[in-house]
Amino acid sequence: MALSRRTLLGLAAGVPASAALAGCGSSGPGDGGKATYWYLNGQPQEGVRAGAVDAFNKAHPKEQIKDTTFQNDAYKTKIKTAIGAGKAPTIIWGWGGGTLRTYVKAGQVEDLTPWFDEHPEVKKRLLPSSFAAATVDGKIYALPGETVQPIILYYNRKVFDQVGVKPPKSWDDIMDLVPKFKAKGIAPFSLGGQSRWTNMMWLEFLFDRIGGPEVFQAITEGEKNAWSNPDAITALTKVQELVKAGGFIKGFSSITADSNADQALLYTGRAAMMLHGAWSYGIQQARGGDFVSDGGLGYMNFPPVEGGKGDPGNTVGNPAQYLSLSSKADKDQKKIAKDFFAKGVLQDEEVKKWIDNGSVPIRLGTEKLLAAAKNADFLQFTYDVATKAQTFGQSWDQALSPTAAETLLDNIVKLFQLSVSPKQFAANLNAVTST
Amino acid sequence: MSSLTDQRRRRTPRSILPWLATPALVIYVGFAVIPLVGVFALSFTTWDGIGAIHVSGLTSWRAVLTDPGLPHALGVTFMVMVVSWLVQTPVCILLGTFMAGRQRYRALLGVVYFVPLMLSSAAIALAYKALLDPNFGLGAGLKIQVLSQDWLGRPWLAFGVVVFVVSWQFIPFHSLIYQGGVQQIPKSLYEAAQLDGAGRIRQFFSITLPQLKYTIITSSTLMVVGSLTFFDLIFVLTEGGPGDATRVLALDMYKRGFQASLMGPASAIAVILVLVGLALALMLRRLGGRDAGASQLEGA
Repeated sequence: MALSRRTLLGLAAGVPASAALAGCGSSGPGDGGKATYWYLNGQPQEGVRAGAVDAFNKAHPKEQIKDTTFQNDAYKTKIKTAIGAGKAPTIIWGWGGGTLRTYVKAGQVEDLTPWFDEHPEVKKRLLPSSFAAATVDGKIYALPGETVQPIILYYNRKVFDQVGVKPPKSWDDIMDLVPKFKAKGIAPFSLGGQSRWTNMMWLEFLFDRIGGPEVFQAITEGEKNAWSNPDAITALTKVQELVKAGGFIKGFSSITADSNADQALLYTGRAAMMLHGAWSYGIQQARGGDFVSDGGLGYMNFPPVEGGKGDPGNTVGNPAQYLSLSSKADKDQKKIAKDFFAKGVLQDEEVKKWIDNGSVPIRLGTEKLLAAAKNADFLQFTYDVATKAQTFGQSWDQALSPTAAETLLDNIVKLFQLSVSPKQFAANLNAVTST
Repeated sequence: MSSLTDQRRRRTPRSILPWLATPALVIYVGFAVIPLVGVFALSFTTWDGIGAIHVSGLTSWRAVLTDPGLPHALGVTFMVMVVSWLVQTPVCILLGTFMAGRQRYRALLGVVYFVPLMLSSAAIALAYKALLDPNFGLGAGLKIQVLSQDWLGRPWLAFGVVVFVVSWQFIPFHSLIYQGGVQQIPKSLYEAAQLDGAGRIRQFFSITLPQLKYTIITSSTLMVVGSLTFFDLIFVLTEGGPGDATRVLALDMYKRGFQASLMGPASAIAVILVLVGLALALMLRRLGGRDAGASQLEGA
């Protein structure tokens, strides 16, 4: 058969077009008996997530989930765009809080309250504190999953021994330690300040310890001038005092957390302490040589502030990761997703994998597994902090709406650079959060 | 062969010729005009990118135009534009003139100079970020105290770094343009100047530079209009920081639209960017004068 030029042209034009169409189709709903699920890549978490999907697909041959992975920052933009364009995956992975609220307001995610009523066993086996960030106006819009990640105050034991000081028991201790470390040429605190949310963790704790969780609660509820609360101003002032005293490593504004340079400062002993998420333990272990295995890494909950109202057992951070169900998915897809929520998420195998990775899954009754794990002490510590905290405050940038969070992060950098005063900071934020 | 092309030309009636532009036109309308109209329409709405779009008249425009962040972002954008032009142009002219020589080593150097242009902006930004790290970067590694600055953490230093990295990336491209420009200058001009006893420096200022007038305008237009779209490099390098010291207009647009979920104001900024770009391009064209197409052999 002779190929005519027209056939060739047709092929040439048709192949890319159909490839492009196929590309569009697979990312949206409408695949029939298949549900789609998007989540973050990056090991070791990606492997655990993929493992749960594979296990579910194998156990349910008629119900298939197709997973797609994305990088953290790219995902945040991609998922918003996809939802806005009506091309959301069936299962939407997220952090709950303010972003989930925007999905709810736009009617993009299903109310899962009736489903949880039908499946009380699912709710009962998960950490109760993980549900707050999944709840909007009294209704549950997401299934909490994966791990609990409180923010922890890490310190380098070797450096503390070398200088001959003890870990801080209060804010005043912290301020006393600053000149002692500086005198030995060691930075008191490591901080990846360019990443912005790293600075935010300091405010989260200081607000809680000084004024209690009510201060930020008022902010999320949109109370007028909530940022100007005297306790909030005190907390903001304390941070600036620490900056002025040289509490943070020189050049912290140009250090990013993505490159893990802030972690390296701690395990190389150039900084004595660091406030960071529970995930930092795994990074120190993987990158710090024998730093962790030799017992060099110390950890504790953030100390109380003298005269503060907040319970020193409170914590902040990510109470869990969240899975929502797209309201645009068809009936079959919704059924698959719900089955996955009931029989696929945080099953024994997944729980074991999370623990092996040095994280604490949000499933209750894992004490024995945690105690038997390689990093038992740290896991037990994280578990205790998360379960015993009266209040588990969600990371502010996730708790607030994206609009308010962006203004917050911008202003936090200016606060740490001492280019805005606590009062100006409060005024700038009152303008966006109370509207 | 010429008879063949003649035949073909005869077979294509003139009335068909405009239709040959159709594919380009369709692509231009589809990917430039329609989105532009869309963005213009969006700037009169309130939309968080997820929920319903509400027509809200001038709200977004008012929000953007009264925001003190706008003059700041515009200021930073123009500063980056002007300073990077001032840094790049002299270097590019000199490099271009140097590379226009015929020696072999110059061709080799030309290739080396060209390397930065082949790297992606994101890769360049990441590499510089690592090099500039105050604790683990070049300064700390080589134990040179001067290099261990808080490069990206102080407003003016960060601005300087942005200009430097932008220049590092684009100098090769503009040098290439100048190299071409210099090679176009007729040898006879230099021979005449030599007879008159003009030295190298005199030749450069009296022949090379005036003859490069239109090359300078072309290269400047590309630099100026291109600098409006600087985004990736600054985004990876500083994210507009510290604070908003390097927050150029394009970055401001992205941050408002995709990070703060304010599509209306972001669209308004996009429209402003288009207008500024158009105005600058037109202005530079004027600067080139109406005789831009005329022969340059007489010198300027």
